[in-house]
Amino acid sequence: MRRAALAVALVALAAASPALAADHVVVLSNMRFGALPANLRVGDTITWENRDIVAHTASARDRSFDVTLQPHQARRITLRHAGPVAFYCRYHPAMQGELRVAAR
Amino acid sequence: MKTMFALGAIAALAIAAPAAAQAPTDPQIAHIAYTAGQIDVEAGRQALRISHNQAVRAFAETMVRDHEAVNRQALALVQRLHVTPEANATSTALTAQAAAARDRLSHLTGAAFDRAYVANEIAFHRTVNGALRDTLIPNAHNAELKSLLESGLALFTEHQTHAEHMAQALR
Ligand SMILES: [Cu+2]
Repeated sequence: MRRAALAVALVALAAASPALAADHVVVLSNMRFGALPANLRVGDTITWENRDIVAHTASARDRSFDVTLQPHQARRITLRHAGPVAFYCRYHPAMQGELRVAAR
Repeated sequence: MKTMFALGAIAALAIAAPAAAQAPTDPQIAHIAYTAGQIDVEAGRQALRISHNQAVRAFAETMVRDHEAVNRQALALVQRLHVTPEANATSTALTAQAAAARDRLSHLTGAAFDRAYVANEIAFHRTVNGALRDTLIPNAHNAELKSLLESGLALFTEHQTHAEHMAQALR
């Protein structure tokens, strides 16, 4: 019985994570969002790392995430849904980009 | 309007002049950059007292936040380097021009203020960015000062673009 439960748990775990959720890093420096990660999947996280001396934000146009990053601060968000997600900095609207998130 | 352009031209001239005549020293460069930052913080505070336009207020908040942040860095840097910023003709001209602009804007309200503030921000950032690019950065001797000025130029170029987009929307 215990073994069966374990097997079920293992199967559930395997189904939930064909690959474990990955953490990606996007660096903000010199008034730009740096290289954006490819192969993003729902459930993955992105750590936004601000290396500038001024504050920035990473804000999704669909409002699925919105973090304020003080100078030299890093903050992590989780990608909750698939599709393209356009984002920008609320303080510096010329800073923008788009993430492509695949279903898991 | 004519007065504003005339003053802008004088400041541009004053800022460009040291390159032709005599290159500014690091203490003078630091003073010019710091003064320009303070001027824009003051302008932002004035906008926050007068404007009710959400986009203009958000922009003004960013100007205060960013220029204060850069000036904090500048102050820390000159203290670390034991450099005393030195007043000069350029920073004096910038300060005089800013006082005139502040006075002119203080008589305006509503959309007229918003348009004038944004137009002034475009002109100001254009002048300062030109000075950074052509005079201040090329003449900076200390590597850290040069690097800070370069960060400033990237930042203020974005501010200029931001203000230009706002001006389109306010027309
Ligand atoms: Cu930003």
